[in-house]
Amino acid sequence: MTKLLQTLVDGISVGSLYALIALGYTMVYGILSFINFAHSDVFMLGAWFSFVISRAFGWAEVAPPAWSIALVLPASMVLCATLGFTIERLAYRPLRAAPRLNVLITAIGVSLLLENTGALPFLFGTQPQSMPRLIADRPLATIAGVNINVVDVVVVVVAVALMMALQWLVFGTKLGRAMRAVSFSDKIAALMGVNVNLVISFTFVVGSALAAAAGLLYALKYPGVKQPADASWVLLGLKAFCAAVVGGIGNVRGAMLGGLLIGLVELFGAAYVSTTLRDAYVFLVLIAVLLGRPTGILGRAAVEKV
Amino acid sequence: MNAILDVRKLSLAFGGLKAVADFSLALAPGDLQGLIGPNGAGKTTVFNLLTGVYRPQTGGIQLAGREVTGLRPYQIARAGMTRTFQNVRLFGQLSVFDNVRVACHLRTRETLFSAIWRSPRQVGEERAIAEHARRLLDIFGLGGRADEQAKSLPYGDQRRLEIARALATDPKVLLLDEPAAGMNPPEKLALRDLIELVRKEFDLSVLLIEHDVGLVMDICETITVLDHGVTIARGTPREVQADRAVIEAYLGEPAPEATP
Amino acid sequence: MARPTDMADAARRLSPPLGGSIPRSLLPLILGVIIAVLGQLLVPAVGDFYYTLFINIGINVILAVSLNIVNGLTGQFSIGHAGFMLVGGYVAGIITYYGSYALWGSTKVIEVFLGPGEWLFVAGSVVGGLVAAACGYLVGLPSLRLRGDYLAIVTLGFGEIVRVLFQLTTPVLKGDDLAAASLGQKLTSLGGAQGFGAIPRYTTLFWVLVFVTLSLLVAIRLKRSTYGRAFLAIRENEIAAEAMGVNTTQTKVRAFVLSAFFAGIAGSLFAHQLATNLNPRELGFQKSFDVVIMVVLGGMGSVSGAVVAAVLLTILPELLREVSGYRMIAYAFLLIVMMILRPQGIFGVRELWELGGKKKS
Repeated sequence: MTKLLQTLVDGISVGSLYALIALGYTMVYGILSFINFAHSDVFMLGAWFSFVISRAFGWAEVAPPAWSIALVLPASMVLCATLGFTIERLAYRPLRAAPRLNVLITAIGVSLLLENTGALPFLFGTQPQSMPRLIADRPLATIAGVNINVVDVVVVVVAVALMMALQWLVFGTKLGRAMRAVSFSDKIAALMGVNVNLVISFTFVVGSALAAAAGLLYALKYPGVKQPADASWVLLGLKAFCAAVVGGIGNVRGAMLGGLLIGLVELFGAAYVSTTLRDAYVFLVLIAVLLGRPTGILGRAAVEKV
Repeated sequence: MNAILDVRKLSLAFGGLKAVADFSLALAPGDLQGLIGPNGAGKTTVFNLLTGVYRPQTGGIQLAGREVTGLRPYQIARAGMTRTFQNVRLFGQLSVFDNVRVACHLRTRETLFSAIWRSPRQVGEERAIAEHARRLLDIFGLGGRADEQAKSLPYGDQRRLEIARALATDPKVLLLDEPAAGMNPPEKLALRDLIELVRKEFDLSVLLIEHDVGLVMDICETITVLDHGVTIARGTPREVQADRAVIEAYLGEPAPEATP
Repeated sequence: MARPTDMADAARRLSPPLGGSIPRSLLPLILGVIIAVLGQLLVPAVGDFYYTLFINIGINVILAVSLNIVNGLTGQFSIGHAGFMLVGGYVAGIITYYGSYALWGSTKVIEVFLGPGEWLFVAGSVVGGLVAAACGYLVGLPSLRLRGDYLAIVTLGFGEIVRVLFQLTTPVLKGDDLAAASLGQKLTSLGGAQGFGAIPRYTTLFWVLVFVTLSLLVAIRLKRSTYGRAFLAIRENEIAAEAMGVNTTQTKVRAFVLSAFFAGIAGSLFAHQLATNLNPRELGFQKSFDVVIMVVLGGMGSVSGAVVAAVLLTILPELLREVSGYRMIAYAFLLIVMMILRPQGIFGVRELWELGGKKKS
């Protein structure tokens, strides 16, 4: 029972992180039909920005105050949002009309650029660093013998808060309606007077900000922050992308659901089946979904006009 | 006389919207029939149903006595029915020549291995394909532009290339989806002659969707009128012109027409 | 107008029938073998570094040319080529390593040119390719039925699953353990995360060049045939291709299976070369991306373009080795700029010999 609950808590916590990252993938795919491979690097930079900011405030040596996270989180989100905006503007916009394989190459190029620039000695370097504990690592409560850690609670609370904010944005505001219109058809949306370029930029901004939040939360949960060029970041991004596909690519609620699902599958698989196969579970679920219900759990098939 | 194309009560609904309701049609060998109706009446949907792009929810299609309902488009093409598209769908980056040659693919017995091995039969087939394609292009007056990229052709030529390509599949039934769209009057006249020529020379039946009512009235023997997926009239051009329902739905007041 | 209902019948009617084409058909292959022999004799004279470099160029050429069939000609989105390399490499490795032991009681390389050891290696490579092709079929058939980017996601996932699975294998069996092991144990003792380092190193420039010739022959002949046109038609406008009688699903799957076959062979060549170990971590999505980049840069659909890009992108990292940190940044910039300025790649869909003047039909 203890193991079940512990795995459940971990799964929800990790799943929330996957959901935050998956949202960035799914929103960009919904609007541009494009897999933004550089997204995992924005996530990585979110973690590193958080690290650098925290260290700049001296919180590696001195115990950070309770409000530290309220500073680092928005700061990191703003930085990544700017980065996401710049990437879209400079690297992706010129290729709006190009075949998709080409934009994919560009995304790979951007990804390599971010990783290797980050790895430069005067930036983030090639060694893993230890993230300052902005959240004290202690159990909040103990239920049925399971320690519910403060960090996990914070991760889930922040993630859920952000997702709710996004939900409100996409379904309750005019801009959100514009986003949904563009993801349905950019041509029709343009005819209806929507500023498509603005909407696309905004999508990247929001997606990158969410990835930054995920980066900070990830660094809080797993304080050993790996170096920028480490392959584990891309792997995490890949898993989050699978989550987006499983939930229904292009569908915001689908990404949230998919993220949670993938997190639970991975943790339960690792706990009850085999830890060494941990990375494989996600991809197996992906393949199963693609074979059985390719549009994903909440996705809808788009009818192509012949 | 046996119909070469026998369509029985096709229906298709998208969600709650009934796109086509109980559509039936019989095309005899050598026929030239027209399908008209206001925008959104379901004409292209009918073509999509006939060529296997959509699967009908009710009804059946028989081509030359063979049941083809539910088959995939490539199977229906092989059975002898092919089409052109409302928005021209050429293989843009390929040459004019290659566009037609692709359509000969279904008539070859080539396998991956024979293609790689370059057997005598494969070489012979390649020559036959080239001959066939060249002949078609010459008939359509595109022989001189055989090596040009299809997407660089003027619009009218692109439409004709699409017809030439469809003919390379050696069909018994040819479906033309708004072939005159975007053409000026002299081009339309040439097109009209072309369709007549094609029907005779290639010994096939034609079903034509067109918005240019004059063209349709001119060359079609039988016209079916569709409105919101429902067949509201069928008959000779004269009969259809005089039909009350048709006038209300589509034609407006009958204007003085040139006699067919 | 008389019309042929079948191209084969029409061909028979065209006289005279063409004959004696079997020697003509084999000519390029014979030429390739001659070049391979020359290469094997001359290149080692310039030193180990260049010998290894040429082998790597050859392997990358096979990879790029084979992926070009799927991504370039047929316009599909496959980004898991390294997965097929792994499958081919490991299967071939099993055959040469455990096979050598079964046949000759030892896993040492038999260094006779065209000797039994080399033939075991060639057989192993071909079997590796076939198994990779079978995987291609299993992966391709369900994904290619769907339109859109699903193939991309599935191939990516496939590559990762294969990598993870091979990392789970137990250490390679040696000596007495090897003698006592069952078939099942042998099949799962492939070195795990350390890699399958014990594979006897049979890759020579000769065999690399032979397989390069084979892959080029297949790619060029295919592109010029009616199948090649069908691939391109699918790329240009899949719906129209289907309407004109092309069985798009089957054709796409065939392209995919063929490309997986050659990736498997390339994987075997990689596994048996002296310079590196067959390690799952070396052949993950980064390798797949490398090959995709070669295809896109060279020109989607151009066989010679893929060759040129493979050569350039194998040599470039070596040249820039000194400035390693900045090399990748420069490389990344190059990619982005290339895609913005010349998205069709160096050659587009044309071949090197078709540039300048109209493309010959």
